[in-house]
Order: sequence, then C-alpha cells, then structure tokens
Amino acid sequence: MAKRKTAVAFKGTEEQEGQLLAFIEQHRSMQGNLMPVLQKAQEIYGYLPIEVQKIIAKELGIPLAEVYGVVTFYAQFTLNPKGEYKIAVCLGTACYVKGSGDVLDRISRKLGIESGGITPDGKFSLDATRCIGACGLAPVMTINDDVYGRLNLDEVDGIIEKYM
Amino acid sequence: MEMVRSHILVCAGTGCTSSRSPEILEALEKELAQQGLDKEVRVVKTGCFGLCALGPIMVVYPEGAFYSMVTPDDVPEIVSEHILKGRIVTRLLYQETVVDDSTIKNLNHTKFYEKQLRVALRNCGVINPEKIEEYIALDGYEALGRVLTSMQPQEVIDVVKASGLRGRGGAGFPTGMKWQFAMQSAGDIKYVCCNADEGDPGAFMDRSVLEGDPHVVLEAMTIAGYAIGAHQGYIYVRAEYPIAIHRLEIAIAQAREMGFLGENIFESGFDFDIELRLGSGAFVCGEETALMTSIEGNRGEPRYRPPFPAVKGLFGKPTILNNVETYANIPQIFIKGAEWFSSMGTETSKGTKVFCLVGKITNTGLVEIPMGTTLREIIEEIGGGIPNGKKFKAAQTGGPSGGCIPAALIDTHIDYENLTAIGAMMGSGGLIVMDEDTCMVDIARYFLDFTVDESCGKCVPCRIGTKRLLEMLDKIVEGKGTVEMLDEMQELCNHIKDNSLCALGQTAPNPVLSTLRYFKDEYMAHVVDKKCPAGVCKDLLSYSIIAEKCKGCTACARVCPVGAISGVVKEPHTIDTDKCIKCGACIEKCKFDAIVKV
Repeated sequence: MAKRKTAVAFKGTEEQEGQLLAFIEQHRSMQGNLMPVLQKAQEIYGYLPIEVQKIIAKELGIPLAEVYGVVTFYAQFTLNPKGEYKIAVCLGTACYVKGSGDVLDRISRKLGIESGGITPDGKFSLDATRCIGACGLAPVMTINDDVYGRLNLDEVDGIIEKYM
Repeated sequence: MEMVRSHILVCAGTGCTSSRSPEILEALEKELAQQGLDKEVRVVKTGCFGLCALGPIMVVYPEGAFYSMVTPDDVPEIVSEHILKGRIVTRLLYQETVVDDSTIKNLNHTKFYEKQLRVALRNCGVINPEKIEEYIALDGYEALGRVLTSMQPQEVIDVVKASGLRGRGGAGFPTGMKWQFAMQSAGDIKYVCCNADEGDPGAFMDRSVLEGDPHVVLEAMTIAGYAIGAHQGYIYVRAEYPIAIHRLEIAIAQAREMGFLGENIFESGFDFDIELRLGSGAFVCGEETALMTSIEGNRGEPRYRPPFPAVKGLFGKPTILNNVETYANIPQIFIKGAEWFSSMGTETSKGTKVFCLVGKITNTGLVEIPMGTTLREIIEEIGGGIPNGKKFKAAQTGGPSGGCIPAALIDTHIDYENLTAIGAMMGSGGLIVMDEDTCMVDIARYFLDFTVDESCGKCVPCRIGTKRLLEMLDKIVEGKGTVEMLDEMQELCNHIKDNSLCALGQTAPNPVLSTLRYFKDEYMAHVVDKKCPAGVCKDLLSYSIIAEKCKGCTACARVCPVGAISGVVKEPHTIDTDKCIKCGACIEKCKFDAIVKV
C-alpha cells in the first residue's frame, strides 16, 4: 500500500488531542498498549500523520522510529487521509476469480485515480482490500458502510455516480 | 418465560448483513407490531446459516420454512400470509425445499445440508449469539462446569488427546499435545490465546463461529486455561470483522456478569479472564509467534522457534494458541465424550472440518463435513456444481499457503495427510472452486502477489525470494517467459520453502509448485505458444470481430472507452488492436457473439 507522506496539512484540533490523551491515560498500564492506542488515534483523526505519532511516542515513552515502524507495518494504519467516500474493492480470492479486478479497473478509470489514491477534491479514495469475508456475495465492493455485492461491470458506474 | 407460537430466525451474519438483513429485521418488527402479532411471535437474530449465496435468509418455525433472498418489501407478505393466515409464501422459499404447493422438505434433507455434520457450527443459525441464555439452554458452559468441578488438569488434557482433535488453523498439530507441553512448562504466569486473525482470502469460517456462537470460544479458552494453569486469555481478532468484535464484547461482558469469567468460576477457586486485541491487517500475524509479537505491541514479525510458545510465548511466558474452530470443538468433546468425537472422520484426522465454499460454485457458503468426505461430494452435491454449465477445473485449498487440486483428483478423501500428499493443504478451510475460465498461471501469480505484499521482510528467502518469483510469473503472463524460467522457478521455490523463517515463507511457493505440477501444459502454452488458454492474461490475447456474425449495430463502438472500434452502421466493425485496452466491455455488449478473444 501507499506509504508516501501526505501533502495535506495536518488539521488536528485540541479536542481530538484531548480525546487521545485521555485514552492513553486509561491504558497506560496495559501490557502492549501501542496497538490499541494507534487504533484509537486513527479512529479519532482518520489517519496517522507524523504529528499524531509524535504525541503517542512522547506519551508512551517509545521512540518515534518504533512507533513509525509499527504504523507502516500494518495495512490498516494509514499515513494519508482518506476521501469523504472510501471506495474499497475486495480483491480476496473469491472476488478475484469472479472478476473484481475488472471492477477495480473500471472505477480507477472512471475516477482517474489509481488504487491507494484520492481524487483531488478529496471526495473519493480508492483502495483494493484484502478479503472482507463477504465471499458469498462476490464480487464485492464497499463505499463507506454501504456494501455492494454480486456486482456486474455494467452497474459499477451507476453506483459511483450516486455519490458524486 | 412467555410462550410464543412462532419463531422467525433472521440471519445477521456478515454475508446477510451485507445484503441488507438489518433492514429486514427492522421491517419485520414494525410489521409484527402493526398487525398486533409481536406478543405471539419472536424474532431471533442468528449467526450464519451457511447458505450465503441465497442471503438474506429467514427461517420460520415451527413450519421450518426457509425463505431465501428476502427483501424488506417481502416482509408484509410473509407476515400477513404466513404468520397471520398460516399460508407459506412458496415463491420466496428456497426452491429445493419445495415438494409441492402444500408440502415443504426439511432443510436437513436438502442437498446442501444433507451431507453436512455440524459440530463446530452447531449453534450458528440456531441461537441468538447476543443472548447468553440461549447458549446455556443448548448445554452451554456445561462442559466448563464439569471440568472445573470434577476433573484434574491432566484428565482434561487426556480427554482432548483421546479425542484426536488437531489444530484447525492449518498445520494440524494435535491440540492435546500442545496443551500438555504448556502445562508442563514451569511458571506462575501462563497465557491462553485464540487466533481469530483469519487472513486467508476467501475464508470466513472463524468469523462465522465468532458471529454465530461467541460463547463457545470463551468456554473453550477457559477450559484450556484450567488445563495448562493460565489465568488470562487473549483473543486476537481481525479489525476487519466489526460484527464479530461487537458480539465478542457482548459475550465477554455477559460471561463476566454470570460468573463464567472472572474470579472463582463455579466456586472452584479458579480465576480466568479474557481480553480482546484487534489486529490491524497483517497476514503474517496469523503465524503464532508473529501474533504474540503483535499483541505485545510490536511489528508483527515472527520469532525463531525453539523456544516454542509452550515454553516461551506471549510476554515471554508459556502460552498456547489455538484457532477459533479448534476451540469450537472443545466443549462438545467434554459433553459427548472423546470417543464420540474420534468416531467421526478418518484414521488420522478426527471430527469435522468447516470449509468456505466460494468461487465458481452454485451454493456459495459455509459447510461443515466429516473428515474423509470426498471433494466430489462437496462440489457436486453440497455445492450444487459449477454454474452456467462450465467445467470444473480445480479447487484451491489453504489460501496463499495451499495448492490446487485438479479435476482428476476430485475423488480425494479430504483429510490432513491426503491433502498434503497431493501438494495442497488443509489450511484454515478456504475452498475456492475454479472453472475452465480461470487461468492457473494467473492464480499462482495472484497468490504470490499476495505473499510478496504480506511478507514481513524479516528473513531474506521470503522477502527477496518471493519477489523474484513474482517477477518471473509477471514475465510469463506478459508473454516474455521462457521454458528455462519454469525450471528456475521450481528451484527457487524449493529454496524458499527450505530456508524461510516461518510458515508464511515456507508455504508461499505452494501455489506455484502445485500449479506447475498439475497444469504444466498451461504454463507451456504461456511460454511457448504465448497464449493463455483460459483467455485471462491480457497481454496474451487480442480481441477481434468475426465479420460474418457482426450486424453493424454499433453497440460495441459506443461502449468502447478508448474508441478502438470503428465501422459503418450495418457493416461489420473492426477493432484497432493498438488502441484496445482489452477491458472486455465490447464482449459484454455484443448481442450476436461476434467478438472473440484470440
């Protein structure tokens, strides 16, 4: 996945930082607390920019390099903000053999962005995901919390247009 | 307890939730209230029924009417016809259960369910997973009670050993032995872990158990804790499974409240508690030492073994790790006996196995079969065969670590040893069916692409070896491969297998090796003739229009996104192969089958 640094300026609020610090405080004595803290931070900020990683490193007393190492290891953590509508096309095996690769191509062409990218207006981001486990409905894609299953190529454009 | 005359079971597993079962539940409750039936009828939100292809699923008891592909708009009809007037809505029934207008067949006698045997999944689709009372009503926590009040830890382990249960996560290590090792390790602090980081693409067995029957995992882990002398358990679950996480949280809270978790369980003096830890999307964390490293809050890289986790595992303490399905078998072994369990299955593989039947198969879904069932029975009988009259080509088991079983071996009896012998593996239970339109080279490339992405990078054979292997496969699907390359691949595969640190690298070459073994001719077609027989590899095919069949309707020219098709109305069209991006849009549009891949 794309691990490039984002060009978007960090816009974290004091309120967000307060939430994060409170969570850290509650979990300070927990063994192996870095992952839960990072998960919470991503929930609060939507992504994990270096500014947020610095707060976590300082609070937990873990070197920033180590925090960064953990962030970039796991696919669910992202250094870049996501679009208002997060499109995720499942490329799990069941979906793949039923043609989800073509679905991804079609959306990529329609929006003019590659997998892992975000449209310039910040409206759509596109990701190829690992199996989401809705294999019975293959091929599947999700847009935020909406799930679209048993897709055929013809309906893909129409679905995207609903969000435009 | 109030009496009701009907129960309506609605599947709330991930599959059916994705196809809008929450809306159906809402509509159902509203409609029942409106018609004044909400006191007489109980709606039960259950886990997965298994037949995901037909979701959302609703079953009405006592009739046992199995409604499939229900929409919220169908709800008023079901309520007023079936519930109020007692007339089953035949048009919505799963067609196989319809005998004639007035008779329906029991679900257990349909082809999909007939050959199945539900042990690990026994409560899935039966109980409401968010109610501990329903689990208890079906013998839940009885096994734990017996273990804590009447058995010594060694006796517990002996029962598990006698049952012949082996790990369901892939490798098939005998569960009782694993427990024995951890029990014998000295130390006051030990841990019990549950691997719910189900990462194989196309597999959702563990998720279905967690969503449909979360308490069974808690009960089994507590039994394991008692057996090895641990007081803390961790469930490492994928963050991608929100419903499973939610139900586990509910289950843990209920178990604590009822005293099945916490201090002095069953007044035996035994304390045990369980904590959830979420994965964050790293396939390698399904490997036991990597999983423990991840719980500790680090990059999920595997560690050298020995020392094995039973000696030095999580936080450096003796630890056992079993997967969800393994745990799901445990309580029943104590209720029904080790003999009962070992009476199922084959000589070396006891009990049942859950498979996720997906891909090019009619009845997609979750199936549980006794070990020793043949692949043919699974595909042709339970799975209902290949759709659209296509031919069965291969089945893939074991995900990125497994291999392909070709059509010629369809009569293989499924157990650990047989699958390993033919170059596949049991794996966690993904069973992906492929038909003649699937290119085996492309599939091998797909899995390699996955492992390259998921290799943690700690050891060289896996990090660099898989990358080199993928580059060779890329060349082959682009038409730049050579015959010599196939031999080089074979050699590199053996190298990676022999030298990688953990199971991820050791098994990564399997998809390549097994396709090379059974589908050599397909590789040869790619490297010698530069053709993809299945018509998948884009660089090896081009599109053309058969002039005699083309009516000149212009449909293809209009749908082509790059303007590669030209021609005059009512005259045969042509494709400019230089411009064509091989997206296939024209083939779909053509009503006259005039466009072909060559």
